[in-house]
Amino acid sequence: MIKTEEIQINMGPQHPSTHGVLRLILTLDGETVTNAMPDIGFLHRGIEKLAERRTYTQIVPLTDRTDYLSSMLDNEAYALAVEKLMGVEVPERAEFIRVIMMELNRIASHLVFIGAYGLDIGASTPFIYCFREREEIMNLFEMACGARLTYNYIRPGGVSRDITPEFVENAKAFIKRLPSMLDEIDDLLSRNQILVIRSRGIGVVSAEQAVSYAMSGPSLRASGVPMDVRRDDPYSVYSKLDFNVITLNDGDCLARYLARPMEIRESIKILNQALEMLPQGEYTAKMPKILKPPAGETYTRIESSRGDLGVYIVSDGTASPYRLHWRPPSFINLAAVGEMIKGWKIADVVAILGTLDIVLGEVDR
Amino acid sequence: MQNREIFKHMITSKDIEQAILGRFMEGVEPAGEVSGAPVFFACPEKIVEICRFLKSEPGLEFNYLASLTAVDYPHGFEVVYHLYSISKKAYVTLKVKSGKDAPCVPSVTSVWLAADWQEREVYDMFGINFSGHPDMRRILMDQDWQGYPLRKDYVEE
Repeated sequence: MIKTEEIQINMGPQHPSTHGVLRLILTLDGETVTNAMPDIGFLHRGIEKLAERRTYTQIVPLTDRTDYLSSMLDNEAYALAVEKLMGVEVPERAEFIRVIMMELNRIASHLVFIGAYGLDIGASTPFIYCFREREEIMNLFEMACGARLTYNYIRPGGVSRDITPEFVENAKAFIKRLPSMLDEIDDLLSRNQILVIRSRGIGVVSAEQAVSYAMSGPSLRASGVPMDVRRDDPYSVYSKLDFNVITLNDGDCLARYLARPMEIRESIKILNQALEMLPQGEYTAKMPKILKPPAGETYTRIESSRGDLGVYIVSDGTASPYRLHWRPPSFINLAAVGEMIKGWKIADVVAILGTLDIVLGEVDR
Repeated sequence: MQNREIFKHMITSKDIEQAILGRFMEGVEPAGEVSGAPVFFACPEKIVEICRFLKSEPGLEFNYLASLTAVDYPHGFEVVYHLYSISKKAYVTLKVKSGKDAPCVPSVTSVWLAADWQEREVYDMFGINFSGHPDMRRILMDQDWQGYPLRKDYVEE
């Protein structure tokens, strides 16, 4: 008889497919994962503590650095919460600019997911395709606010500067081109035999489990739960825009993957409408130099690219928040990963982790 | 913006209040509304029972623990639960007060798996113990870290 025993291995924190500094402590029985323990906090910067020492305006750049792949959406979540506390009315043009930026950022973020997931399971070409298109979005953002990653663009009251007719033109041209590029990605990746075999039926999460773990975003909707804050509790001008909430039923890696390219198509739909409807007017409301929301609290949610992003602010009437808490969708989705990879083969770990699309900046804050 | 208010709750704050107060004679008291969601203060001994009731009661179905966090007030800690009902599209906020000395609140991990990491984060940042939690360890800070960073009396090195 050969003596066999379980072994423990460390995956990360320096591992290319953990998408950042995540450490997974895996217990293996041969090729099968019998236990998985995520270890996080390597990127913890104490953003919630920092926020208590800064003015409301100074916090906006901090929000850029939580989910750094979709900073526009983080900006919006925070700005919306402060506006709610202060009772500010945002001009309609600013709202439309915000929606345009958010949906462009959602597309950019999903493109990174598609490319990175391809890499995770061994397809390196689509990654270059996705980044080529994402580059266009980065150029648009650079044109609007001068930054390519940390925008500090959506601020309480509106946006930091107006967009030009040239921006609108370029955005329209990009949106027109994007669907054919998505068809290309579908040919290369979504219908790729290797991707399908490695994803179908892997890492299945039931709707009940997903809700109990409070998962959100495409990862939740791929398990058949049609929850999307943009439709269920519309903020900004989403109630004026027509789009579908992509819901798939399998709850496996393939469903979680397919949800993203499908969501990009819905974002294109939103962008087409928003760019057409973009009204003239002010790009920001009149805001005081120092923001001092009245004492009180608010809990505000938006639909970020990774899911339900909540911002909880307790104000004591001073220029800094008494308490600021983010409900980070990546952190909460990641909490399920231990259960999700138990029982699957070690090669499936990267696929399952990849489809959760976590950003460690948001997990650790 | 008016648009944000267009959305109509299928159950009103009044309905939620009636349901909770009808079921619990004591241990829970209403505390107004915040961002359209009714707020209740619950006593620690009742919190698990209240959560289970809100989650499983037909007509309420607050099956989604959106957020669990805490605030350090001068008078003591408050653990804040933001619940959401996916089917009714409604929110409710629960708060549990806890003293400054050896703060301890019962864990709701038996109701929602989502409470696991979020309670660990609160423990990590505020030093509030959640009794009945299966794995009460620090999560973001080092395991041997001294002090609780988000407490107001925390002194930075």
